[in-house]
Amino acid sequence: MSRSGVPDARPRLVVIGNGMAGARAVEEIIARGGTEQFRITMFGDEPYGNYNRIMLSHVLAGDEDDGAIFLNPLSWYRDNGITLHAGVRAERIDRFTKHVFSSDGRVTPYDTLIIATGSRSHMPPMEGLYTPGGSVKHGIFGFRTIDDTRKMVAYAQHEHHRHAVVIGGGLLGLEAASGLRRHGLEVDVVHSGGHLMSAQMGPEGGAVLRRSVQGLGIGVHTGSRTTAVLGTDKVAGVRLRDRPDIECDMVVMAAGIRPNVDLAVLSGLPVERAIVVDDSLRVQDEDDVYAVGECVQHRGQVYGLVAPLWEQAAVLANHVTGADTGAAYLGSRTATKLKVAGVEVASMGLQGPELETDEHIVFSEPSRGVFKSIVVRDNKMVGATLLGDSRKVAFLTQAFDRGLPLPEERLGLMFDLGTPGQEVGVAELDDDAQVCNCNGVSKRALADAVKGGCTTVAGAMDATRAGKGCGSCKLLVGQVVEWAAGGAVEDDPAASYYVPGIPLDKQALMAEIRKRGLRSVSAVFQALAPGGREDAKSKMGLASLLKMMLADQYIDERDARFINDRVHANVQRDGTFSVVPQMKGGVTSVQQLRRIADVAEKHKVPLIKLTGGQRIDLLGIRKEDLPQVWADLDMPSGYAYGKSFRTVKTCVGQDFCRYGTGDSTRLGVELESRFQGLESPAKLKLAVSGCPRNCAESLVKDVGVVAVEGGRWEIYVGGAAGAHIRKGDLLATVDDPEDVKVLAGRFIQYYREQANWLERTYAFVPRVGIDHLRAVIVDDAEGIAGRLDEAMQASVDSYVDPWRERDDPQTPGQFRTSLPLTVLPQVPVR
Amino acid sequence: MSSTETGTGTKIHVLGPLEQIPVGEGRAFAVDGKQVAVFRLREGSLRAVSAVCPHRGGPLADGTIDGQVVICPLHQHAFDLATGCSTTGANALQTYRVRLDREQNLVLETAPV
Repeated sequence: MSRSGVPDARPRLVVIGNGMAGARAVEEIIARGGTEQFRITMFGDEPYGNYNRIMLSHVLAGDEDDGAIFLNPLSWYRDNGITLHAGVRAERIDRFTKHVFSSDGRVTPYDTLIIATGSRSHMPPMEGLYTPGGSVKHGIFGFRTIDDTRKMVAYAQHEHHRHAVVIGGGLLGLEAASGLRRHGLEVDVVHSGGHLMSAQMGPEGGAVLRRSVQGLGIGVHTGSRTTAVLGTDKVAGVRLRDRPDIECDMVVMAAGIRPNVDLAVLSGLPVERAIVVDDSLRVQDEDDVYAVGECVQHRGQVYGLVAPLWEQAAVLANHVTGADTGAAYLGSRTATKLKVAGVEVASMGLQGPELETDEHIVFSEPSRGVFKSIVVRDNKMVGATLLGDSRKVAFLTQAFDRGLPLPEERLGLMFDLGTPGQEVGVAELDDDAQVCNCNGVSKRALADAVKGGCTTVAGAMDATRAGKGCGSCKLLVGQVVEWAAGGAVEDDPAASYYVPGIPLDKQALMAEIRKRGLRSVSAVFQALAPGGREDAKSKMGLASLLKMMLADQYIDERDARFINDRVHANVQRDGTFSVVPQMKGGVTSVQQLRRIADVAEKHKVPLIKLTGGQRIDLLGIRKEDLPQVWADLDMPSGYAYGKSFRTVKTCVGQDFCRYGTGDSTRLGVELESRFQGLESPAKLKLAVSGCPRNCAESLVKDVGVVAVEGGRWEIYVGGAAGAHIRKGDLLATVDDPEDVKVLAGRFIQYYREQANWLERTYAFVPRVGIDHLRAVIVDDAEGIAGRLDEAMQASVDSYVDPWRERDDPQTPGQFRTSLPLTVLPQVPVR
Repeated sequence: MSSTETGTGTKIHVLGPLEQIPVGEGRAFAVDGKQVAVFRLREGSLRAVSAVCPHRGGPLADGTIDGQVVICPLHQHAFDLATGCSTTGANALQTYRVRLDREQNLVLETAPV
């Protein structure tokens, strides 16, 4: 009876379980008009909304915050009129009177019931798991829920905890091990099977995977059973059968999962390995009770992966709502494609040949961590394992799902020979092919979203949730959206904004700034931001742009700067700073070295480190000490902190090197003198090499110069060898070092004016094209070379060494500490 | 800095002149054994929150602010300056009442424990 007095005639749908299966089933039901049809109530054991369990390994590794993995926030339940009992455990049902009894004493009637109780970590039998009081021993963790994960992270970050043992070398165990390794713990994996991931691959693949996992610094003990957890009140180690004990202070149980069937057993429902359901996901011999997910057994199969769950939820919703009572779930062929501990793993069907007539094609390259195995029967693919290289996965999955005929040359299954490559693959991919394995989104679903008007990649991703799981499919999602839109993909308009807070691209923004004569960041917000609202995320980009455009006419508001630029040093994880004095071209002197040594000694610098840019880094300097350190050094800033020109790396050059053909050190020093401190959209790292042996790595620099025989110099642009690797493109070959300076300066100025905020040259150069750059910069096809040179000269002339601010702080308390009491976390002193 | 206690147990701390904080920036103060970051917004008002980022201990007084949020310089977590709530999924900050007295001194209130 509702409060308004009008009885609510809708039947009651009760869902036990608010995990991925329960919530997905409800989403599918709502998509079929379920909100009009039912009053929906959900019970969830955990006191939260619904979250993506697959992402817990990212949370453990620290790549993702636990807040970011929620799929449905509490407001979703409210908006859909769902009554959610979060943190309440349903204990049993009375299937004759149709009531659910829950841990809070509540009795809830239902007309239709869905059981989605999922599964839990399996605790293999061994001694010492529990304290005499009966609770799990301190330091033992499961890896199943968000609370498990939070507790593990907190425990791992506790400084006395140094060594973890993970029991189980399957998918989950390896994820746990690599996550804990990222927290700096020593980690050993103990696996009872003969090789890692024995459920997904054969021994040869396991051996290759073992090498990759060991490469991460993780110890691997296979064929080894844990017989006891040692320690009286907390974990002190584990005992292995036939092996020495391992000392540790943390044990993670990842030895598989078991379906949660207690409620079903107590309530008299049919349970074998799990709750037995038929092809409509109805519990056997029950008219109004359904079950879905990892707690069900269908045709003898129990699934522990996410993909079958999506298929089950759709069939279940068709029956519950009556949308399609002919729908049938016939089981899932499980193909997994995952990234485990940084290694790409895909597996489907058989692990190896089973009949004498089976063909087995194997490729193994352990040094690269690559292993491929394919099993063929009657010219159909019946199994595959791919490790470390998943480029052919889309094609193979389709061949496996559809039983496609295979190329006669079997090698083509593993490598791009005659079979469709990745690019054609998208068009030829079957409509039902799953693009996003985390959220179960098919190519058809994405294409439908595009047809429905989501013509941006971001829009289609929001609409379908494709790419919102582990993210490894984002490239493929983008390709599918492009294909579905027939090339008419609209750019997300915000994606073209120079900074998020002002709805203009860079050229339009620069034009407005010029037209209105704006000279400060606050003036730009007032004139051009919606509602005149300032936006913290936009400040740094605007400050850089204005300084580039206006040089000494720029009104410098210090609050627009990032902390590094306010104090001219690079902030470190403990709130201290690093100080890198200028060392042009990596050339130093006795006096400089002596002075740096004196300063390091006087200020008790915790770490002195040579940088990749051929300089000396003094780390762990407190903010309040910066001015004194600079005064004692009496050297200019090396700008190792800004979105700016950083350094020029050089090789020894012709004076000493017996191969040298050009004076690379001298040119490097001159380039650094000219471009020191220039703001730019992203950092600029340069190099000059004295011969094609390229000892200064010029081919992978933003601007790299190489001396070649005959006194000539090659200039490369757009190279990188950091997070991204790219060989630079040859911009020009010139005879005179002076021409190198002119062309490098012209390129840098063009990049400063044209590149998006934070767009490194390795992205900028291929975006505009090297031919275009050659035309503009070398051949002056647009007639702007003179203007670019002038603008660069103005910037060069306005250079001031920022470390001079030591004598004259720009703002009150510029160098005052921001962590006045204990500094956390402490960086260890070596 | 001076501290007084009111009848209700709330402590009043005078942190010194407003000029210690440049417009649009923040500065940290040690108050009663706690670290508090006080920010001076461009529109003139003041905000005070706990000074240590709950994510990895970053120095929030070194963060970049606008009218609503402060962004931690270490990993770019953002926090609403008025409520302390994170807009990026981190744990929330403690917020404090802060105002100016007649002499333009910063006055911070800490509630009883």
